[in-house]
Amino acid sequence: MYSDVVVEHFTNPRNIGVVENADGRGQDSNPVCGDFTRITVRLADGKVAEAKFKTFGCSAAIASASMVTTLAVGKSIDHASRISAQDVLAALGGLPLVKEGCALMAAGALRSAIADAKVRAG
Amino acid sequence: MRRIYLDHAATTPVDPRVAEAMAAVYRDAPGNPSSIHDEGRQARALMDTARERVAAAIGAEPSEIVFTSGGTEADNLAVRGTVAALRHKGDHVVTTAIEHHAVLDTVSELEREQNVRLTVLPVDRYGRVDPEDVREAITARTVLVSVMHANNEIGTIEPIAEIGRICRERNVVFHSDAVQTVGALEVDVRRLPVDLLSLNAHKFYGPKGVGALYVRKGTPFARIQTGGGQERDRRAGTENVAGIVAMGAALEIATRERAIESPRLARLRDLLLSGVRDAIDDVVVNGHPTERLPNNASLCVRGVQGESLIVALDLAGIAASSGAACTTGSLEPSHVLLAIGLSRELAQGSLRLTLGRATTDEDVDVVLGELPRIVSRLRAASPVA
Repeated sequence: MYSDVVVEHFTNPRNIGVVENADGRGQDSNPVCGDFTRITVRLADGKVAEAKFKTFGCSAAIASASMVTTLAVGKSIDHASRISAQDVLAALGGLPLVKEGCALMAAGALRSAIADAKVRAG
Repeated sequence: MRRIYLDHAATTPVDPRVAEAMAAVYRDAPGNPSSIHDEGRQARALMDTARERVAAAIGAEPSEIVFTSGGTEADNLAVRGTVAALRHKGDHVVTTAIEHHAVLDTVSELEREQNVRLTVLPVDRYGRVDPEDVREAITARTVLVSVMHANNEIGTIEPIAEIGRICRERNVVFHSDAVQTVGALEVDVRRLPVDLLSLNAHKFYGPKGVGALYVRKGTPFARIQTGGGQERDRRAGTENVAGIVAMGAALEIATRERAIESPRLARLRDLLLSGVRDAIDDVVVNGHPTERLPNNASLCVRGVQGESLIVALDLAGIAASSGAACTTGSLEPSHVLLAIGLSRELAQGSLRLTLGRATTDEDVDVVLGELPRIVSRLRAASPVA
């Protein structure tokens, strides 16, 4: 049902938690199933220095959030804010069709966290 | 990895003795039971014996057993058949909020498409229907009351004897979906005032794709599919001879072993539930504390999605389910868990472990080792817990 990468990121998720003194906080949800993901980020030197997530959701939602934070860390702010659901899916080795919304939710939560950081930074 | 199968409410593995009986039919009895020749008569004889066995297991007459393709068809036949047969008398059906979709979706469709009036009764927080609610719901136009014997998700046993008595007093046909109970509990239609009862072979170690509807002699009844007039014109279609033979064998075995097996399962279930309560905070046990199926442990774990629990358990070698089997996407909170008053969020964290013949003390220990670890891992990633 799931790729090895999905299983790995579900079983050993990266970047669980909340960034202390975060520069930006974001959330996205899946209205169909009630799942939601919160992401917090710390930015430094024009890059995403730290990104952490908390997810109430299915295995694919957790794996997607873990993956999107992994993809974001170390990237330029501009690059990170353009990480899409397709990027998450590709990195995960795909998700079943009915679970693709999970990747969308993860990318949405990251984007909103970075947008929040930009607003706060003025 | 050794797998531990704890999803017996979804389906049970076929008993090897039953599989052998089934294989023997395919191997040695190729006939159509409606045929006149020797091969046909042989198939007919095998089916007659199976019908006697199924009937005997529930205290019925063989002529009162209608074989179907399973529980869903039995429920459809009961509901649609009764409504069609009694349309001249009335148009009102009473059922409950926790029925299987085979009943609920059927009555909803009849409401939409045939203007049947529908009363869906609530249940208490344990999932029990109040028989007095049934009494009050029955009107002069009521043609059918359908209340399941035990719920497939939370295991609660319904007071169908009382409900049946009320229906009898008011001269209303009473159907009960007993798919979860036949084989596990004593079900005897000589004492139980039911007119129609649904059975399903793959819930008692028989094959999938065969079930039966018990139709008490004299109950108004109309067939829902037309064709060759099999099953005394109550269910057209060439009978699934091997499946029917297997169902008879499976029910005979289950009935014989029930007195030992059901208490054994209840003990393991209690060990599991007390272990879970001890090891995991903020977990709710669903269903009635005493009036419940011996093999059902239904939980809600706050802060996590049921699907995550199922996938994590699956990766650890344990097959479980979250409420009803779900085929797509994330889980919609089950209608049963919402009906017993759980919040959507809590209902989403549901986990159903249903034990069976192969389950051992050691299996329970393995689950009690894995589950708390999985829950704490998932809660660490959850914004809710």
